[in-house]
Amino acid sequence: MRIALFVTCLADTMFPQAAIATVRLLERLGHEVAFPQGQTCCGQMHVNTGYQRDAVPLVRRHVDVFDTYDVIVAPSGSCVGSVRHQHAMVARRAGDERLAGRAESVARRTYELSELLVDVLGVTDVGAYYPHRVTYHPTCHSSRMLRVGDRPRRLLSEVRGLTLVELPAADQCCGFGGTFAVKNAETSTAMLADKMRHVLATGADVCAASDASCLMHIGGGLSRLRTGVGVVHLAEILASTEQAATSRAEILGSTEQAATSPAANRPAARP
Amino acid sequence: MTRRTFLGMPATAPPGVGHLRGAESFPAAARRGLADPQLRRNLRHATTTIRAKSGGVIAELPDWEQLRAAGAAIKADTLARLPELLEQLEARVTEAGGVVHWAADAVEANRIVTDLVRATGVDRVIKVKSMATQEIGLNEALVAAGITPVETDLAELIVQLGGDRPSHILVPAIHRNRAEIREIFLREMPGVDPTLTDDPTALAAAARRFLRQTFLSTPVAVSGGNFAVAETGTLAVVESEGNGRMCLTLPQTLITVLGVEKVVPTWRDLEVFLQLLPRASTGERMNPYTSMWTGVTPGDGPQAFHLVLLDNGRSAVLADEVGRQALRCIRCSACLNVCPVYERAGGHAYGSVYPGPIGAVLSPQLTGIEDNASLPYASTLCGACYDACPVKINIPELLVHLRAEAVESHRRPTAESIAMAAAAYAMDHPRLYAAGQRAARLSRFAGRRGRGLPPPLNGWTGSRDLPEPPAQTFRDWWADR
Repeated sequence: MRIALFVTCLADTMFPQAAIATVRLLERLGHEVAFPQGQTCCGQMHVNTGYQRDAVPLVRRHVDVFDTYDVIVAPSGSCVGSVRHQHAMVARRAGDERLAGRAESVARRTYELSELLVDVLGVTDVGAYYPHRVTYHPTCHSSRMLRVGDRPRRLLSEVRGLTLVELPAADQCCGFGGTFAVKNAETSTAMLADKMRHVLATGADVCAASDASCLMHIGGGLSRLRTGVGVVHLAEILASTEQAATSRAEILGSTEQAATSPAANRPAARP
Repeated sequence: MTRRTFLGMPATAPPGVGHLRGAESFPAAARRGLADPQLRRNLRHATTTIRAKSGGVIAELPDWEQLRAAGAAIKADTLARLPELLEQLEARVTEAGGVVHWAADAVEANRIVTDLVRATGVDRVIKVKSMATQEIGLNEALVAAGITPVETDLAELIVQLGGDRPSHILVPAIHRNRAEIREIFLREMPGVDPTLTDDPTALAAAARRFLRQTFLSTPVAVSGGNFAVAETGTLAVVESEGNGRMCLTLPQTLITVLGVEKVVPTWRDLEVFLQLLPRASTGERMNPYTSMWTGVTPGDGPQAFHLVLLDNGRSAVLADEVGRQALRCIRCSACLNVCPVYERAGGHAYGSVYPGPIGAVLSPQLTGIEDNASLPYASTLCGACYDACPVKINIPELLVHLRAEAVESHRRPTAESIAMAAAAYAMDHPRLYAAGQRAARLSRFAGRRGRGLPPPLNGWTGSRDLPEPPAQTFRDWWADR
């Protein structure tokens, strides 16, 4: 299948390893990945901060760039949520009914990674190997806006070598919330503190999620406390293979690891 | 319904009266709650308990989702023909011997109630727990007129005696533990036993003794209402303690202040809400006391009944096609109990009698966005409130809607609006966007792992490390393959 990758601005700039892993994974499963040129950002930051007018050209750009593809995937529940629940609304508020219709059409063809794998490609065992203790944070937008349900866990449960440990109060928000983390920094920090406490209580090596934004937040907190526990995107786990466990370069190419990713700190630490 | 209009638009709740506005922005007010570990513990304990109880009884119902859908539909229908239903309600109440008053806002409602109490010649009223009377600051207005209001809901009484403000819709004293309550009673409750312990039964008994005396010696009561049935003119109050029922039956005069959105078309509609409300709210299958009355009944109960229909900004909310769903709210407080922001910051941070997620969308609509501009941002948009709401108010959608209003209300550009416009421009020009990514990459040589960023970004780096921008973006990697 030919699948267009919507990389999302945050993954592109700060978490390229999640997007690269998405490409590696889909190609390993025998699919062709296209990277439509001209894509930038879905505009969620603008919409969620109240700048809906500024988001209109971004919605138009997104729709123009992806309109010709049948299947679109993003390694982000949050950005897919924005495409699905906000793009048409932004267009309508701006009085552009035609754009709203096109946005709805693109949204119908856009999937979060676990949705694409389970629902469209019909696969839960992706042949991954990841010999670590992992706890999974089911990000708010993936679980409440997209209702991805247990799809990520079904995928993780098929990964060889992986021990999945239950995260207490998993459905509680980590406190990121986009500009909330800046505008209400102290409340955000209080929420993060509880999330980190729960992550550390699991004794996991890494905390996984399907949103680069939440991972950046949780990872930033864990890094500040020098816990040694890292964060990793679901795609990175699913892209890992036995070979890659001994050679990180296999997954990540020549890309340097972001500071908060555990793979950088412990490549093949536990064979 | 709306008598006062400004440039053809429905008026919002007036400033200077009532409790819909805080003196500070949410982040500033939240700081106090966050810094109080006792408050955080009290809140976490209470919300976790209610959440578990509520979740349990909701899970018993096979048709909860259908009930929610029915509740939402009835409320939507009611709001769509509110003027007609209110006129029907007025007609039925009047036929049943009640008197209906229309109050455009808090000032007018307070004046109506104060005049009615004065006309009876008493200087004390007993009160049934009511959000509407708190919203308009009725207690303060009564005190100013020389009339003492006595709250009879146990938690409201604790708040009133403590000279405090409620911090939760359902559990106004949620921020107090029993040791604090004992101290308040010993200090402020007339005739309290000086050997009072902090045993909950002893505390309840002390309040009971005090309240019984007050019930039997006060001939005027003021209540709110949970529902008003248009087809018969019947008012309904639901409660857990029975103190409300004492107020509704013992006095000679009963004055009810009712937000205009509380009307439901028929008795059949009540059935839906009497299932939704207790399960979502207190985690009970049925609320212990449901009191209903229609006008006056000669020789039984209050012989004079006044219904004050309160607008106070509700018409302004109704006029907003997206925002009007906030008027479906049945004040169950389920959204407060699941909200991670409320749990940390506490109810006082919202500056309004309506705290939590519903307060973050209702208060700014009632007052106009300028007076509560920080409230729609008091959320991570995690969506827990929407899932918990028994009448399916899409609070996250409303928050985003109101944030747009907040931004559009700025007459002049702000630092944020300039940055947002610049970011949007760059994101709409892929070459500029890529240049921006390269600049972010270069910045990693500039500082220690993103610490010590300038305001407002220091809000982030105060407690979290920013990851270093990687050496290669995804699009560079893709181009190099």
